Amino acid sequence: MPLLELEGVEAAYGPLKALHGISLGVDEGQAVAILGANGAGKTTTLRAISGTVRTQGEIVFDGKRIVGRSTESIARHGIAHVPEGRGIYSELSVRENVLLGGVTRRDRKAVKADVARALTYFPRIAERMHQQAGTLSGGEQQMLALARALVSHPRLLLLDEPSLGLAPSFVSGLYGIIRKLNQEEGLSVLLVEQNAKIALASVQYAYVLEVGRVALHATSGELEQHEGVRASYLGY
Amino acid sequence: MANFFQHVVAGLANGSIYATLALALVLIHRATGILNFAQGEMGMFATYIAWSLINTAGMTYWLAFAITLVIAFIGGVGVHQVVIRPFAHRSELTVVIVTIALLGILNGAASWIWSPQEKFFQSPFPLRVIHVGGVAINIQDLGVIGVSFACVTVVFLLFRFTRLGLQMRASAVAPETSRLLGIRVVAMLSIGWGLAASLSAVAGMMAAQALVLSPNYMLVVLTYAFAAAVLGGIDSPVGAVLGSYILGVGISLLTEYVGWLGVSLQLPVALAVLLIVILVRPAGLFGHVVVRRV
Repeated sequence: MPLLELEGVEAAYGPLKALHGISLGVDEGQAVAILGANGAGKTTTLRAISGTVRTQGEIVFDGKRIVGRSTESIARHGIAHVPEGRGIYSELSVRENVLLGGVTRRDRKAVKADVARALTYFPRIAERMHQQAGTLSGGEQQMLALARALVSHPRLLLLDEPSLGLAPSFVSGLYGIIRKLNQEEGLSVLLVEQNAKIALASVQYAYVLEVGRVALHATSGELEQHEGVRASYLGY
Repeated sequence: MANFFQHVVAGLANGSIYATLALALVLIHRATGILNFAQGEMGMFATYIAWSLINTAGMTYWLAFAITLVIAFIGGVGVHQVVIRPFAHRSELTVVIVTIALLGILNGAASWIWSPQEKFFQSPFPLRVIHVGGVAINIQDLGVIGVSFACVTVVFLLFRFTRLGLQMRASAVAPETSRLLGIRVVAMLSIGWGLAASLSAVAGMMAAQALVLSPNYMLVVLTYAFAAAVLGGIDSPVGAVLGSYILGVGISLLTEYVGWLGVSLQLPVALAVLLIVILVRPAGLFGHVVVRRV
């Protein structure tokens, strides 16, 4: 049984329908990418999972139906969502941002251990703990958002366009860490990405969305060879 | 010189009452983006409850004080859940109008329950004067300064050093992100309203012993607290508290040393300060600009 399963999921912003029945799954320990052009419904799919958009259909996480639950209760079930634009509290310190990842967990010792573990992945963040988070560069903010998500000790990590607006060196460093978390620590990941090349190199399976529907899905190896995917998203 | 210091202490006593109420205003403004015009009346209503606990139920002052803070907290949570939340998705102007309606309701209810006649609200502090280096200081003033300062400090420590405070600050600046982190944002806002109501109750009880208890006595205090919060920075808790002390001492000294000003021009001076600050420095004296990189 998959860790996360979406079945015929529809979502709308007011009268505007963004998803027309999406079905996809993420297995325990798997990394999955959602690819597609602007407006295909990638971000909305993540928002449907987190309950921040009006959603119909079936979403089952860890055997429990989560459609219609509050966003905070979905998060407490073990889904860490790093939103588009990273969602950094720029007024607060870097340290406070990191601690907010574990602020609702009861076991403070485990949180402490998770903070230490997250910071080993991001030494740059560890050096800047007392700075105001708004003073970090874009790449550092993305690292901070990822570190904060790890502190929540998630069972599933949702990443929305982690490469957006970052310098190429930052992007490869970031995806190196995502791969490590997935392959060495067995963390399940569902990520949305415009940069199909780096995404396909980092995940095992991918879905291609077109105007709110799944147009195509296969292993990342198959998609890298697929004519249409190569022409539309990989550019060779 | 002794006269000067005497007026500084008296000004600090007034300022610390404004500080307690101004901090409540800032808490609500940061969390909800609105000015709560009913903040003073929430304190007034709580003070009437304290009056009943002391004079009808026969409690000692400090027991009534403590119970009133708890009742005010519950009342503040109730106001948020019942009166404010139904309008949460409306414009900020709508919510401000709701607080003005609440002002009228609380004011009318207090007149109806306790009658509009002025009441004597006892002070927990002795009405004595001590002399420190030739300066005559009212013990009551010292008591007011101490109680307000203690309450303000507790609130600061809560926000600065506890997980609850961190969640409350996070919910105020970015509710959507906070939900994604599992924070119960609505509950945090309710706790904020509860804390603000308790602070207002402290301001109400401290002000009532200096003035007299009547349904309208907090309106003037609220005006000073507004002026002080704007002076210090409506988004800066530290600024609002410092602004309150500055305003309290400033007005006390002005009334003493600028003869023609007199007592009747105190409030206009406070309002003039408010207008000038809004014109010249909208962020207030201590309001800081957040550094953002896009």
